[in-house]
Amino acid sequence: MKNHDTHSTGYLTYAIVLIVLLFLTTLSVFITGIHLGAFTVALALLIASVKVATVLTYFMHLRSENLFLKLAVAGVFVLFALVIIITFFDYLFR
Amino acid sequence: MTNQEGDHYISYLDQQGKYRGLLSWLLSTDHKRIGLMYFYVIATFFFIAVSLGLLMRTELIAPGETIMSPQTYNGLFTVHGIIMIFIIVIPGLSVVFGNFFLPILIGAKDVAFPRLNLFSFYLFLLGAIMAVLSQFLGDGPPDTGWSFYVPYSVESSTNVIFALTAAFILGFSSILTGINFIVTIHRMRAPGMTFMRMPLFPWSIYATAWIQVLATPIIGITLLMVIAERLFGIGFFDPALGGDPILFQHLFWIYSHPAVYIMILPAMGVVTEIFPTFSQKPVFGYTAIAISSLTIAFIGYFVWGHHMFTSGTSYFSRLFFSLLTFLVAVPSAIKVFNWVATMYGGSIDLKPPLLYAVGFIFLFMIGGLTGLIQGALATNIQVHDTAFVVAHFHYIIFGGMGFAAFAGIHYWYPKMFGKMYNIRFANIAWVVIFTGFNLFYFPQLVIGMQGMPRRYFDYLPQFKTGQVISTIGSYILVTGLLMMLINLLATRKKGKTAPANPWKGVTLEWQIPSPPPLENFDVIPEIKRRPYFFGESKNDK
Amino acid sequence: MSDHAVHSEHYDREAGKLGMWIFLFTELFLFGGLFLVYAVFRATYSADFHEAASELNTFIGTLNTVFLLTSSMTVAMSITAIQKNNRILAFMLILITLLLAGLFMVDKYIEWSHEFAYKVYPGSEVLKNMPRGELLFFGLYFMMTGLHALHVFIGMILLTINLVKVKKGIIHRDNYLLLENSGLYWHLVDLIWIFLFPLLYLVS
Repeated sequence: MKNHDTHSTGYLTYAIVLIVLLFLTTLSVFITGIHLGAFTVALALLIASVKVATVLTYFMHLRSENLFLKLAVAGVFVLFALVIIITFFDYLFR
Repeated sequence: MTNQEGDHYISYLDQQGKYRGLLSWLLSTDHKRIGLMYFYVIATFFFIAVSLGLLMRTELIAPGETIMSPQTYNGLFTVHGIIMIFIIVIPGLSVVFGNFFLPILIGAKDVAFPRLNLFSFYLFLLGAIMAVLSQFLGDGPPDTGWSFYVPYSVESSTNVIFALTAAFILGFSSILTGINFIVTIHRMRAPGMTFMRMPLFPWSIYATAWIQVLATPIIGITLLMVIAERLFGIGFFDPALGGDPILFQHLFWIYSHPAVYIMILPAMGVVTEIFPTFSQKPVFGYTAIAISSLTIAFIGYFVWGHHMFTSGTSYFSRLFFSLLTFLVAVPSAIKVFNWVATMYGGSIDLKPPLLYAVGFIFLFMIGGLTGLIQGALATNIQVHDTAFVVAHFHYIIFGGMGFAAFAGIHYWYPKMFGKMYNIRFANIAWVVIFTGFNLFYFPQLVIGMQGMPRRYFDYLPQFKTGQVISTIGSYILVTGLLMMLINLLATRKKGKTAPANPWKGVTLEWQIPSPPPLENFDVIPEIKRRPYFFGESKNDK
Repeated sequence: MSDHAVHSEHYDREAGKLGMWIFLFTELFLFGGLFLVYAVFRATYSADFHEAASELNTFIGTLNTVFLLTSSMTVAMSITAIQKNNRILAFMLILITLLLAGLFMVDKYIEWSHEFAYKVYPGSEVLKNMPRGELLFFGLYFMMTGLHALHVFIGMILLTINLVKVKKGIIHRDNYLLLENSGLYWHLVDLIWIFLFPLLYLVS
């Protein structure tokens, strides 16, 4: 059985993705120098989320996978976020 | 072998491949043999845990010390819980009937990853053996209860780390099985079998497998945290170091509540197969039952805090969890309605599988309704940590999943072994079990409501009558279980040969010989319609 | 009926990949428990977390992030190389991935040795004398980076196996599921670190 991946991502694409990731990393290090209180955290996490989404989409080939897998990955992150939020229903309101 | 229809073929029981004899079983990657190996291990551990339970009941027949010290009692309820929860009811129906029948019911020759399947089994066996060893090694059997609450699980001098590691390994086995089943269902259904043409037991296995993979890792990491607490004083759960013991409870129940749906969903799937067969009528509300399995799995993820109503969590959190707890009861109730509607107007054949399935509905309802009493904030305070809770979960796990397991065993026994048991004796055993069960657990609901605490080896005189009735009930129950066991064991040697389709079922397992050949199907069937078609004519399928 | 106890020879690459993805979900939830604990204590002890995090070496943390991100690129490229049947390039790329992983571990070793030298580790007297939030921060730091390092190590073993199989020609254009799945595992290790890095090193 042939296992040719008809979607073979090019080396250049990967290199560009890495540059983007490195840029985002630099950005997040830079941001921590700026004191925005709680927003610093939020911003750092937001940048991290963009990096994660980028790795998932390009390095892990999610963009060429079927819809079910894309939904499942999204669902896993949503489920985890919900668990944290619901736990904070306790901690925030004690 | 020659089956009842007179065909010559090699059944999976007799097949000898690369290895012979015992080795051909221990190294088999055939899902049916693996399912049986799980079955034998689980059945053995079941009777061990039942005996431990019986010892506990004997201790409780009178107040004060009856046959054992308090420390021994604490060790007993801990190991009884560990075995029952982690070795029997969580893996239970998935690894026995899921392994044996999932591939057959979807028209496949095996699961997606047969060698991973065997590896899962050996992890399971390792975890089970470690759980037993934790009783005898180190500084004594753990006495923390199966829920390992901090701070006691950190402070107890008994062999907690060993038990935690055993649970971790068992969890890993569960995860690998879950992965295997999800991929099997996605990739190996027979041609023409869309998801909406899949029978309902596979649907229940599907929902269960997702819980297995998405919840079990949390208990894994939590157990590691307790070990880190014990070994290094990492501080997460220790107030003196800034930690929060309630955080342990959150983490523990984030897994252990979905775990109860791992226990019950396959059970519901099993009885959903039995009702149409013994009513000779299609399942009422196929779509509702399929979707409700997924709904239960999903909502069940968000109710864990109802185990913690008296622990000191915030009011808002308690409100939220109480609401979600009532919500999750709805899809279960939908299933009960559909099962009853399936039987309504059907041609009822009251054989042992149906007896156990009907018993399941009755006991599951009591378990479920008593769950709602606990789910309401006000009444929870009265019954939390009492015998009421113990009775609730025994009704729902033992009366629910246990009876469904017995139903499944009596349903699929002729298919698995090619022999038919004595129906009359099975029915009598059922009567004894059902009677003993209710005599045992109903008084616990009463005295629990009246204030009898759980995990107590001693009690006030006012609870004596209830405890005595319970203990008598427990002995009757065990007698019935032994009767059932003897019937099934004797049949292996002396039973009549069973036909391929003794119950006139219409799902795929009844279209192949009893016992099945190694690769299940000579030709993979092509599916052209929804399952449970009993037709106008007398033909199956 | 054949006497051979075999299963179908059918090699389902999609099944293998799906299985790996689901396994990755379990890993996400495994670390997820630690992230939950982190979230709770960060909210409770924000100032202490701030204080404790400043003791970590942001430079080494950033360097490690660069190593892992780059190694993710190289392992992804190795799959493209195999798809184009360029086995030598695939071999080199996997080797570079391994080297970067090794550098990560060396960094980790340096960091941890430094911390141990100052008696900063769970259960130490130094920790016990710290404010509670700082103690918990370091508990989380060691457990999270420790568990992560264990996964880096497992990933390195997987990559080595792939290296050998590529060299022997067992992995090639028509059979590279192992490389693909090992790549996915490696990316997961990277994903975890992408979240760990800001949460542990960029708190101040």
